[in-house]
Amino acid sequence: MATVYIDDKPYTADPAQNMLFTSLTLGFNLPYFCWHPAMGSVGACRQCAVKQFRDENDTRGKLVMACMTPAADGTRIAIHDPDATKFRAGVIEGLMTNHPHDCPVCDEGGECHLQDMTVMTGHDYRRYPYDKRTFRNQYLGPFVNQEMNRCIQCYRCVRFYREYAGGRDFNSFALRDLVFFGRHKDGVLENEFSGNLVEVCPTGVFTDATLKHHYTRKWDLQFAPSICTHCGLGCNTSPGERYGMLRRIVNRYNGEVNGYFLCDRGRYGYECVNSPQRIRQPLLRREGVAQPVSRAEALRAARELLAGKQNVIGIGSPRASLEANFALRTLVGPDHFFAGMADDEHRLLTKMIQVLRSTPARTPSLREIEQCDAVLVLGEDPTNFAPRLALALRQSVRQQPFAATDKMRIPRWLDHAVREAVQDDKGPLFIASTHATRLDDIAARTFRAAPTDIARLGFAVARALDTSAPATSMSGEAVALAAQIAQALKTAHRPLIIAGGGLNSESVIEAAANVARALDTVGKEARLSFTVPECNSMGLALMGAAPLSAAFAAVKDADAVIVLENDLGRHMPQPALREFFERAFHVIALDCLTNATTERAELVLPAGTFAESDGTLVSSEGRAQRFFQVFVPSGDIQESWRWLCDLGALRENSEMADWKELDDVIIALSNAIPALAGIVNAAPFSGLRLAGEKVPREPHRYSGRTAMHANINVSEPKPPDDPDSPLSFSMEGFPDQPPSALIPFFWTPGWNSIQSTNFYQKEIAGPLRGGDPGARLIESGASDGSGYFIRVPQAFAPREGEWLVVPAYHIFGSDEQSLHSAAIAEVAPKPYIAMNPEDAVLLALRPESLAEVKVDGSSYRVQVRVRPDMPKGIAALLVGVPPVVGVHLPAWGTLQPAQLPVEGGPERAA
Amino acid sequence: MLSIIRTLWDVFLHAFRKRVTIQYPEQKAYLSARYRGRIILSRDPEGGERCVACYLCAVACPVDCIALQATEDSTGRRYPEFFRINFSRCIFCGYCEEACPTYAIQLTPDIEMGEYSRQNMVYEKEHLLISGPGKYPDYNFWRVAGVKIGGKDKGQAEREAPPTDLRSLLP
Repeated sequence: MATVYIDDKPYTADPAQNMLFTSLTLGFNLPYFCWHPAMGSVGACRQCAVKQFRDENDTRGKLVMACMTPAADGTRIAIHDPDATKFRAGVIEGLMTNHPHDCPVCDEGGECHLQDMTVMTGHDYRRYPYDKRTFRNQYLGPFVNQEMNRCIQCYRCVRFYREYAGGRDFNSFALRDLVFFGRHKDGVLENEFSGNLVEVCPTGVFTDATLKHHYTRKWDLQFAPSICTHCGLGCNTSPGERYGMLRRIVNRYNGEVNGYFLCDRGRYGYECVNSPQRIRQPLLRREGVAQPVSRAEALRAARELLAGKQNVIGIGSPRASLEANFALRTLVGPDHFFAGMADDEHRLLTKMIQVLRSTPARTPSLREIEQCDAVLVLGEDPTNFAPRLALALRQSVRQQPFAATDKMRIPRWLDHAVREAVQDDKGPLFIASTHATRLDDIAARTFRAAPTDIARLGFAVARALDTSAPATSMSGEAVALAAQIAQALKTAHRPLIIAGGGLNSESVIEAAANVARALDTVGKEARLSFTVPECNSMGLALMGAAPLSAAFAAVKDADAVIVLENDLGRHMPQPALREFFERAFHVIALDCLTNATTERAELVLPAGTFAESDGTLVSSEGRAQRFFQVFVPSGDIQESWRWLCDLGALRENSEMADWKELDDVIIALSNAIPALAGIVNAAPFSGLRLAGEKVPREPHRYSGRTAMHANINVSEPKPPDDPDSPLSFSMEGFPDQPPSALIPFFWTPGWNSIQSTNFYQKEIAGPLRGGDPGARLIESGASDGSGYFIRVPQAFAPREGEWLVVPAYHIFGSDEQSLHSAAIAEVAPKPYIAMNPEDAVLLALRPESLAEVKVDGSSYRVQVRVRPDMPKGIAALLVGVPPVVGVHLPAWGTLQPAQLPVEGGPERAA
Repeated sequence: MLSIIRTLWDVFLHAFRKRVTIQYPEQKAYLSARYRGRIILSRDPEGGERCVACYLCAVACPVDCIALQATEDSTGRRYPEFFRINFSRCIFCGYCEEACPTYAIQLTPDIEMGEYSRQNMVYEKEHLLISGPGKYPDYNFWRVAGVKIGGKDKGQAEREAPPTDLRSLLP
């Protein structure tokens, strides 16, 4: 630790950091623009100028940029020096000469870093009498809106987009004060993390295009700490509501998980909450016609279906909270509770948990993944299956080159110098997948093969590391690749293996486990990360319940079936779904959006989405995280666990009769299931009071309280109570920083923008004060001596007339709920099947033509994509986008040209 | 004793003073143009709605009696979809007028707002919007702000250079 002097006072600082980092960590208000905590310093904006003194006798000093000055021992700077203050004000004045005087109509207003910095430096009046430069804007797609006149040329956007996120279709153009940031021409931004430009841009050049349709200022939104539900990674989000409608999602910093960035699916998937497809009232189906009914009528109907019936079964959901699943389990009894996922998915998750517990490899958080210096991806397409993971992997390939720059004594925060020194040098990332991934551009080597061959590669890597691992016979090329991978993992400090649920292959999981075990044998501390399909897949698997096939068998004798937040059509093929509903006479479904299950159920109860309920989700890391209700929905919508408690009352369930608030469910759950006992640590209980007060969900400047509802009734309603959490639906409450799991939004005096996150952290870009939220439930045990998995699968052999159909995913479309968001739906691809050009010729399928795919007992008519990256004998079918749902892949299927030509496609020309 | 007589004398003299009480409502009091009474929304000199729905009045309001929702027309001009003032809460402090960056919201010298029902004190945009520019006849925010709206392209606002040609290599 070094001692530095700021305004003549000594402070301890990290000598590996710069003075801007140090000053902000210490809580000084030092303005900056081009520096970003996740992206380091480039010294471009000259805004963080301070005066540096040689020693205590130096009275003159010199102006330096704090972000470019190392916090070396004995460094003396003055932030409040008159020259430095004047210089900083001058920089702002210069930037503002071209600023377009449009704050009132700018979506950034009220959370604008430029506004904050302008106020901080005291600039208030434009003295410059000449013309302002102007730009024409570009259309950048449904996610990001551009208004280039507001630009201050800090280059943060292009640094994030190109260098941090690896995008190619965005750059700076033109020269001097006319530099323009955008695409070469109008068009949708291709990068899956483009939405972060909204937060990275310090002013209103890039703003949330979905928010624009229902614009509300930050100070008028009601926030709550939430967890993204659109994949299994559990990124922390901060959704905002106004007038009963979810308005937007911004990133909620969690140092261990998502850090500063979200993927576009997580950021823009929120609109499903406002979808016209929402179920807002109970529906009762009589003679095939669904009628909206009142809550009382719905409960009366439920009483007829449930009261006194012995054999009621419950089907849980991997996208419902632990509490909702547990409430269902308690309602029907553990023997009648089923996990609501297909058998193969269930088997895979059980295997993952078993592996994580028995293999001496830690399941890393996303931050730890960023710091891994050699990565093997087995069978996954992270960008499309667990998107935020892809961004973390992009940072991991920077780790090994850091060794060289460290040797050159270039500090890591000196971003531009580091990148110049590193050039295109990248650490080892090996991707074995069935088709090209969006990370191939940073991969050292890629390996495209069938799932079994990917598993065999994994087994071969394990064998190359440790000769006691089971052997495989492979081609010379694959053996050499396995040896290369083994070498890279062995020489790395923090090797990482990624596998998961994307490929639906148990052998791939076993292969990954073997690699981790082999690394442990050779004395390397391995990390093993499994991706999972849905936000609570891991939690549901930890609950331990039988999969859907068991439910299917039980349904015949059941008096009634309760389906919790689960579209069974997404977990079983169409014929099976039809048969299920023929067998099950009385189905009660709880869900938030209309789907194949709610359209067949006898009684549908409107469940709250993530924004309208509280609960706990377990991420793929095994981290239990609590999400909190953002707003009280109108009508009969309520949390699933509350509906289930209502049903429990009808069945006179004594255990559920005591459940009055969420904490009661959490405590009952942690007592009943030891594997989930740790969830009590995910967030404080509802009884927590800080200085006698709750944590307000609304900023203290929240406006319109006495007018919002005045059109309905001039007498203001009482703010809703929240018995389930220490948060209140109010602007009044504890005014300071709450515990990290309860931070609804970031705000600090003088810092209205998201940059205020700086003041919530123990040190910049480090953990939040009091520790990052979440409780890890799975810790790797010491090796249990179970040894290697020895079942090496057979090598893939193509078949005559049949193709191995493997699943392909797309970040926009493969997720059930985010597809209900208009912006996501706009960029979601249509269902397609991708295949090798030679296979396409063999089948007489032209690109863009329609193919008929028969697989897993169903037939789909999808577009053909001819892609040279596909291995021969394998076809990749985009799953998750209707109608291609519920299909179990990989499976052998047949392909043939469809009868009808594509309208306007190349078919017509032919 | 003396003081009581003196007080009686003073009261008696008052009977001959000039009267300050006016016969309201038959006779109206003079209120200056800057008097803070009923709030209105004004229009710009071209007749367009001045309010750009920036929410500053709402946030400045100490009793939180202003609620609105922003929306945009097809050309990008922003305006309030609804604009509501609950006058039964308003304390006529004038902060909203002070905060308004477009001179849209103005307080007028009209104070006659009595109602039998409190619900009638809730004014929507159609009750608030007047047909003229109010106290500021000349200002038009859209002529100054550097955003493009219908009838005003980039580079056509006050003190704006024409849009940059990104393909030009001239220094």
